Amino acid sequence: MRLRVNPIACDGHGLCAELFPERVTLDDWGYPIIDPHPITPELQEHARRVIDACPTLALALALIHNDSAPAVPHGPRAVQLRRQR
Amino acid sequence: MAARRRPVPAPGALPRLLAAVRSDGQAVSLAEHLHRHGPLPARRGREPDLALVQLVEASGLRGRGGASFPTGRKLRAVASAGRRAVVVVNGAEGEPISSKDHVLLAYDPHLVLDGAAVAAAAVGARDVFVAVNADASTALTAVERAIAERANADRLSFRVVAVPDRFVAGEETALVNLLNGGPAKPIFTPPRPYERGVRDAPTLVQNTETLAHLALIARYGPDWFRAVGTRDEPGSALVTLKGAVHRPGVYEIPLGLPLRDLLAWAGGPRTPISAYLIGGYFGTWLAAAPAESTSLLDADLRPNGASLGARAIFAFPENACGITETARLARYLADESARQCGPCLRGLDAVAKALEHLARANTKHEEPRLPRWLDEIAGRGACRHPDGAVRLVRSALHVFADECALHVRGSCTGSGGPLLPTRARTGR
Repeated sequence: MRLRVNPIACDGHGLCAELFPERVTLDDWGYPIIDPHPITPELQEHARRVIDACPTLALALALIHNDSAPAVPHGPRAVQLRRQR
Repeated sequence: MAARRRPVPAPGALPRLLAAVRSDGQAVSLAEHLHRHGPLPARRGREPDLALVQLVEASGLRGRGGASFPTGRKLRAVASAGRRAVVVVNGAEGEPISSKDHVLLAYDPHLVLDGAAVAAAAVGARDVFVAVNADASTALTAVERAIAERANADRLSFRVVAVPDRFVAGEETALVNLLNGGPAKPIFTPPRPYERGVRDAPTLVQNTETLAHLALIARYGPDWFRAVGTRDEPGSALVTLKGAVHRPGVYEIPLGLPLRDLLAWAGGPRTPISAYLIGGYFGTWLAAAPAESTSLLDADLRPNGASLGARAIFAFPENACGITETARLARYLADESARQCGPCLRGLDAVAKALEHLARANTKHEEPRLPRWLDEIAGRGACRHPDGAVRLVRSALHVFADECALHVRGSCTGSGGPLLPTRARTGR
């Protein structure tokens, strides 16, 4: 699993970088740059807290695909988040 | 329709797609089209025709819109969705230096509609949307007329949709968004259109030229298609060649044609060429010497960091300034952002400003953050717009490095006005 941001939903509040510096930094305009490395089991609880804290619900955990195909959001929760908007 | 058997065109002969195009500029009529090609093989029922999918897979056809995705694989994904599918003909050619798709639609619309019918049979669709730029009036009129001429012989519902003339409008999720009543702006994926697209149906969005190839593959077979091109990149392709050549225009090439030969077809350079922009505005600048010794094939272009992309090529004259022109393109692409994603909206604007500053040749320094911005922006939009713009700028800084150094010292060797069009022309 890795963290993925929906760049259309993201408004650059920057909470994610503040709460999860292990995997998120900000670019010069305040938008998150997500570390593509997998979210290890130790970080998973942490990642979920960040996902819940995002004011625009722009973050989700996604399955990692080995090929170049786009990652698919994991579980019903991610899909539901997108539908709310 | 006439059932008389038509001779199969010689497999190696070109043009294929442009064979029927009339010299008077009128669109090929249905009667002329049928006289040349004969009717399409009859559709077998309403369900996806997997034999047809297999035929396309065997042909090795890749999408001609820019991403070069294997068409057979895309058809199979839509056909396997298990629900009634929708086909979208992507004639939204937002790329200002490309006109191949509008040329096909305007001059031989039945070939494209045939291809759409083949695709609809393959994936089991009844509804076909033909998306064409609102300002491409010749193409729009020709398609509307052609649909009327067919008088529902395909038993498909064809609907023509005018697409806003914006660069990103032809991106496949932007088209789906538009057809679902939204703006012609990309949407965050997944789901991809093949999973859930127009009215939530599995949706095949396919480039105009790709469909025209399908019309021929369905009639003459995959081996015929493979008689030109290479094993991995078979077939012919339409290429728009613009810039400093004697006869700019749309050419049908065998894939693998040396760029040098295409130049010769176009009457050669009008003035000495310093570089080529290959693949449209999401493409790559290549210096003249390496470009002219390569052939028009992704396998040959890739080692040079380029690809055929949108299959539009611009021959750039030596007396023009590559930095100034790229700065204009960077500004155009920044302004054409759908303005939905921060890294694209803010990042491309910053990149364009840095280049504009550099182009004015009064900066005395290069923006030190530019290389980092280029690294950080790519891959962070919902669509590939920022990635394409970054590729263009990065290749310009490489190919025009000498000119760049001159600009930093306050001079510019370029002369003459703007060269590369930054707005799609009207009245196509």
